[in-house]
Amino acid sequence: MIFLEGGRVVDPATRTDGVRTVILDGGRIKEVREQAVSAGERAANEVVDCRGLLVLPGLVDLHVHLREPGEEGKETIASGARAAAAGGITTVVAMPNTKPVCDSASVARFVQARAREAGLARVLPAGAITRGSLGEALSDMAELKEAGCVCLTDDGRPVMSAGVMRRALEYAHDLGLPVMVHAEDLTLTGPGCMNEGAVATRLGLPGIPAAAEVAMVQRDLLLAEMTGAHLHVAHVSAAGTVRAIREAKARGVRVTAEATPHHFTLTDEAVAGVPASVPAFRQEDAPPVEPYDTHAKMSPPLRSESDRQAIVGALSDGIIDAVATDHAPHGPLEKDVEFENAANGVVGLETSLALTLALVRAGELALPRAVERLSSGPARCFGLPYGTLATGAPADVILVDAERAWKVDPQRFHSRSRNSPFAGWTLRGRVVRTYVEGKLVHRSDE
Amino acid sequence: MASEFPRHLLDIESLRREQIEEVLGLAGRFKRERAAARAGKARAPRHEILPGRIVVTLFFEASTRTRSSFEVAAHALGAEVLSFQKDASSVTKGESLQDTVRNLEAIGADVLVVRHPAAGAPRAVARAVRASVVNAGDGSHEHPTQALLDALTLREKLGPLEGKVISIVGDIAHSRVARSNVHCLSKLGARVRVAGPSTLIPAGVEKLGCEVARTLRDALREADAVMMLRIQQERIADARIPGTRDYARVWGLNARTVELLPARAVVLHPGPVNRGVELSSEVMDGERSLVMDQVDSGVAVRMATLALCLGAA
Repeated sequence: MIFLEGGRVVDPATRTDGVRTVILDGGRIKEVREQAVSAGERAANEVVDCRGLLVLPGLVDLHVHLREPGEEGKETIASGARAAAAGGITTVVAMPNTKPVCDSASVARFVQARAREAGLARVLPAGAITRGSLGEALSDMAELKEAGCVCLTDDGRPVMSAGVMRRALEYAHDLGLPVMVHAEDLTLTGPGCMNEGAVATRLGLPGIPAAAEVAMVQRDLLLAEMTGAHLHVAHVSAAGTVRAIREAKARGVRVTAEATPHHFTLTDEAVAGVPASVPAFRQEDAPPVEPYDTHAKMSPPLRSESDRQAIVGALSDGIIDAVATDHAPHGPLEKDVEFENAANGVVGLETSLALTLALVRAGELALPRAVERLSSGPARCFGLPYGTLATGAPADVILVDAERAWKVDPQRFHSRSRNSPFAGWTLRGRVVRTYVEGKLVHRSDE
Repeated sequence: MASEFPRHLLDIESLRREQIEEVLGLAGRFKRERAAARAGKARAPRHEILPGRIVVTLFFEASTRTRSSFEVAAHALGAEVLSFQKDASSVTKGESLQDTVRNLEAIGADVLVVRHPAAGAPRAVARAVRASVVNAGDGSHEHPTQALLDALTLREKLGPLEGKVISIVGDIAHSRVARSNVHCLSKLGARVRVAGPSTLIPAGVEKLGCEVARTLRDALREADAVMMLRIQQERIADARIPGTRDYARVWGLNARTVELLPARAVVLHPGPVNRGVELSSEVMDGERSLVMDQVDSGVAVRMATLALCLGAA
């Protein structure tokens, strides 16, 4: 048995917040108790001194691109699982837009086999909604479920046909699988490559209106309402989306949602080379960033300060259920190019927790809520038994030094890719240890 | 003074007013010298300002007047000119852009004059090389020498631009000329208005420091000058305008609508003009038109730009 002693345990799922002793036994949580470790226990077991540390349930990230199979130069399942463990994330949901697309049991089983070999963070596959994610024929959803897929999504390639989406929701509903949507009306996006607004106008870049997301979310909410299916809205970027989800939840639609650290930290000013336009996150010693920074290019795009505030508000009041990274590794070939030609996406596994803690420090989010949106919140979205320290739960636990400052140096990432918009930022909050099912998979060597 | 001028001219937005004045002052001198030479009053000014320097024009988009204007300017300063025309569609990876410009630098380029369909591309070039980089138009971002030549043309005609009202009419959304002009003219103290159909007015444009007029009448009212922008056929395909006829009906400057301008107001166009669409032939060839004078200013402004970027003025 392992005894984690003297730390501040924050486990929102069991409404725990205080100094406790956490006992891990055989890959499960045996007990979380107020009583300290006895002399007898100390003699017979491993005891970890957690004084001054936060003891949290392992984090759950519903939205990660691991690139394997197909683009192993950017990331592998092993390197991604290693990066996740270093970021305190013990469970990731792997997006299906690999090469080939995860639209069959064989790809889904391959992903899990690779993850088992790596033995780091737990990797759960997401299956495609449509065959090849082409938006036309439904994938073999029952087969995907049987092979371990925890949700269905054509992430990155919105299902443009409302008719196909309706049938996908109905079929998935029969199987009890949530459908995750990258909501974007591509006809409104057109050639757009960043948020439509004054910054895009100044830079001469074609804009993407927030309505491209909101219109599609509204469509999918209507279809979810009509079919009774569970809709999960990925990477909310716009205030209008928050409003739509709020209204839908109020009228009983089965909808959950996630937001990324980059959308709650940055605005479209980052594209113009203003890395932290939000005062709470201002970086005094970060290196200057040039305009047309492709590390500020992602889909959906970074939006305005009022959108950012709406997302933070929704994370606080629970309209947005989860923080998810949309970890999207790319190399210099995709990123060191003209802005309009650059690939979308940034890596996020190793900065997600510290950026969420920055919201806490800025007074925008209470700590227990922040932990909830990183752990039990996302777990509940997909009905996963993780993200809690409840007795009998898998022993996924992280120890966090919430005050420790560190400089984001992408060269030191465990991920194979370096495309972070937070390079050079000084963040607070470092993962000291990560346990997955009682096994130590990461230990900070600093 | 000359040493303060930036090594690259990537945009007008980051220039200070004094730097703009410096280019205009030098360009004005070059322009007068060229005019005197043409009139036979002086010998052609074969300036030996950039002897042996190599100016490379690297155009990833078709252009006749801007490129030849730069090349004439470089010749007039005694520089050698190398000219490259590349099809941007074959260059999809930025690697190739950077590789291309590094190769040109290895050939010995002192200045790279770059036109590229992607906004920000000249900045990426400037990061990749030690040579000076002059932006000759990047996507819908900026076209700094066009704004400078417009300012020179206007200043010669109207005097100091302080308080002058200058309207830019047309496809503001896709116009790098409009963006550079809004920055340049407002830095010189002018009041700048932009106007056009709502489909071609980009979000938040007023934050660049201009007003937005909703009708041609409002755009032309009390204006000292109006700059008409070219309307492209592609705008019909992407549903921004129904057609050129409908556009001309609402936004075209013709014998009738030109009367909405004050009597002494002048008309500019960066070219090439769609006669009968944004500008009718009567107006284009009429007394108010400064279109040919703009072309003349262009060479002088590009001479001044090359000289100042190389610290040779």
